[in-house]
Amino acid sequence: MYLVVEQLLNGLQFGLLLFLLAAGLTLVFGIMDFVNLAHGSLYMMGAYFAATFVAWTGSFVLGALMALGATLLLGIVLEYVALRHLYGRDHLDQVLATFGLILFFNDAVRLIWGPAGLALPLPAWLTVPVQIIPGVYYPAYRLMIIAVALAVAAMLYLVVMRTRVGMLIRAGASNREMIGALGINIKLLFTLVFGLGAALAGLAGLMQAPILTVQIGMGENILILAFVIIVIGGIGSIRGAFMAAIFVGIIDTMGRAFLPDLLRKVLSGAAASTAAPALSSMLIYLLMAIILVLRPEGLFPAAKR
Amino acid sequence: MMPKLNASNAVAALMCAALILLPVYSAATGNIFILTLFTRITIYALAAASLNLIMGYGGMMSFGHAAYLGIGGYAVGILAAEGIGSGFIQWPVALAVSALFALLIGSLSLRTRGVYFIMITLAFAQMAYYVASALSRYGGDDGLTVYKRSDFAGLINLSDRTQFYYLCLACLFGGLYLIWRIVNSRFGLVVQGVRSNEQRMQAIGFHANRYRLVCFVIAGTICGLAGALLANNTDFVSPAVMYWTRSGDLMVMVILGGMGSLFGPVVGAIVYLLLEELLSQFTEYSGLILGPVLLLIVLFARGGIMGLLGRMRRG
Amino acid sequence: MAEALLRVDNLVRRYGGITATDNLSMEVVAGELHAIIGPNGAGKTTLISQLTGQVMPNSGTIRFAGRDVTGLPSYKRSRLGLARSFQITSLLKDFSAIDNVALAAQAHDGHSFRFWGNARKERQLRATARAALERVGLGKRADIVVSQLSHGEQRELELAVALATKPQLLLLDEPMAGLGVTESARMVALLKELRKEVTIVLVEHDMEAVFALADRITVLVYGRVIACDVPDAIRKDEEVKRAYLGEQHAVTRHG
Repeated sequence: MYLVVEQLLNGLQFGLLLFLLAAGLTLVFGIMDFVNLAHGSLYMMGAYFAATFVAWTGSFVLGALMALGATLLLGIVLEYVALRHLYGRDHLDQVLATFGLILFFNDAVRLIWGPAGLALPLPAWLTVPVQIIPGVYYPAYRLMIIAVALAVAAMLYLVVMRTRVGMLIRAGASNREMIGALGINIKLLFTLVFGLGAALAGLAGLMQAPILTVQIGMGENILILAFVIIVIGGIGSIRGAFMAAIFVGIIDTMGRAFLPDLLRKVLSGAAASTAAPALSSMLIYLLMAIILVLRPEGLFPAAKR
Repeated sequence: MMPKLNASNAVAALMCAALILLPVYSAATGNIFILTLFTRITIYALAAASLNLIMGYGGMMSFGHAAYLGIGGYAVGILAAEGIGSGFIQWPVALAVSALFALLIGSLSLRTRGVYFIMITLAFAQMAYYVASALSRYGGDDGLTVYKRSDFAGLINLSDRTQFYYLCLACLFGGLYLIWRIVNSRFGLVVQGVRSNEQRMQAIGFHANRYRLVCFVIAGTICGLAGALLANNTDFVSPAVMYWTRSGDLMVMVILGGMGSLFGPVVGAIVYLLLEELLSQFTEYSGLILGPVLLLIVLFARGGIMGLLGRMRRG
Repeated sequence: MAEALLRVDNLVRRYGGITATDNLSMEVVAGELHAIIGPNGAGKTTLISQLTGQVMPNSGTIRFAGRDVTGLPSYKRSRLGLARSFQITSLLKDFSAIDNVALAAQAHDGHSFRFWGNARKERQLRATARAALERVGLGKRADIVVSQLSHGEQRELELAVALATKPQLLLLDEPMAGLGVTESARMVALLKELRKEVTIVLVEHDMEAVFALADRITVLVYGRVIACDVPDAIRKDEEVKRAYLGEQHAVTRHG
């Protein structure tokens, strides 16, 4: 039972992290109609920046904040220099260009930080386990991730639902021509949205960094998960991304935790130990394929595009 | 129909001639490396050409095409590991399994359109990747070594560098000829018509998805052949050939060379792999140059290299 | 009166709260040119799309040539001899004019799972296509890519594509839309010729053309048939005048 609670929390934490990544992706996709494969690279850059700045300043919080600013800046520069010229182009052109960016960032990281991964040690005050319900302890750092991600999600919700910029973002996600007709400075809006997405990806990367090693290619697997989420959640929908991300996070974590035991009850030991890791890795893709076969437009179809 | 003499056709003809004469050059100069490099290039060119059939002519943006490379490769590798070394069994099995896989995922994926199609093909390829990783009997994550290349009863020796190169080249030319015939056939026109305007094609009496699916299966089967060649070339097959970035590589080759042009993917494969190889000669960090080059090509050379050549003719 | 070629009974199609087709029944007799008119939003295009199978009705039946086709997908109806042209030109833009028409001919020449021969060299397909192009006056423009054709030529090509499927019934959705005066006159002349060969259902805003061409006219308002009769009777119909013609009186007086 305690194990279930712990894994549920792990799933929630992973899902929230995925949400940070997916939120930027879905906004950029929904509003600019831009497929950004390099979103995973921004996630990686966030982690590398954090590892560097934390080591540099000696303060986890300060380093993390600096890393956040650096990814934001990187995103804005990237958008300004290259990506804004790709809006309105074919999706395939965007795939090709941003695939090129992945190659670039991977080797740039290798050049600057070397091929070996980095570790981002946690400060002592974040490593203590916290008793959440009597008898169940949970790492403070993971609780912090949950808290930060929830706060960001709430802030994002408020910005998108309550502010003027948010109204434009929503209008843009459902009807791109409309914001053009309103005479808004679209270029600036797009740059802002892209920068915001980059910062969120960076935040996800830097928060994940202490849990996993910071390494080249870390963004590639998780990028695909983020795409799965925005497809399930409906392209352009923050709320859809939030629900899908938590769903995917929990299913993925629970699958990895409990599927092996479950399979062992049905199959022989050897067969189970072969099938379990494959099945739990596949679970999310299987889920998406089933959803798309049954609902070819995703679970929450976006507004007419 | 006599092909017209223009920049793109001239490049294609020169390229074919150079590919045919390459072993002569290699033997004369003793440069074995270039022969191995181009063996790999022809195999990837075949895979890219098959992707071009569905992507460029059929408008189906599959982001999971590398799955067939792995399936064709594993068919050869697994049969070899189980003691069945004959290519007459290995290769037909590789093609048949690829075709079956294409039929299965195609019939499910073709219910979706656009980005959803891209994502669902990606999902299926990722599933194939994880299944391969779980085959602990056949190496799992680490991959499977193919100790003996496919045996064709003395007809052709795949371990001979030159013979193997010519086999790969023959497969590439054969594949291109097949695609060329298909593209100009009744079937090919229907598939291209569906890419252009599906609703119209339905309205004049075509069941669009049936044609799409057959096209999808043909492309998967051709790519399965490339997979069988690749396993023989590297004497090894691993889940990594199916990872989504490999599918990305294939897409890049097609777009780089020029979608919907017969020789485009071949040009794309040559340029992409050659560039990667050349850059790695004098820098460890080839991506630093290759990445921005891709970006620049997208920004300034629409329609890929063949598109660029086509525009040159018009001045 | 002969047995109806097309018979629609109690057709209903809703979009959310809007009923685009409201318990609609009508008949088209073989050999006639049957016009459908109505103000914007009367549900004319929705009706055509249901007849050809692009849109499925919520209830009701459609019978064509004595057969219930209500549930058939569009490609099957097309094979039975039901052809349509689109209100917004819908062609294969990157194909030449003759390829567009030849594909339509190919669609009605058995299945197209032929992978080897060069389809552009099949004499009989090309001849059928060329004849259809000549028929609409595009003989000289056969090899031009559609995107290079003028708007008027594209409308004519739409007709040629529909003709090449050798239809029993031709559904034309505003063939005059966006045409200039001369182009419209050419289209009317062309339709006058075509009506001798094939039954036509014509949806059109150009009242002059409708009253000049139609044998019978059905008037649609809010998805319902409010009148169906010969042109002279429609012109005098009080309900039609009130509901629809009133606003366009100036046009009809000339017609």
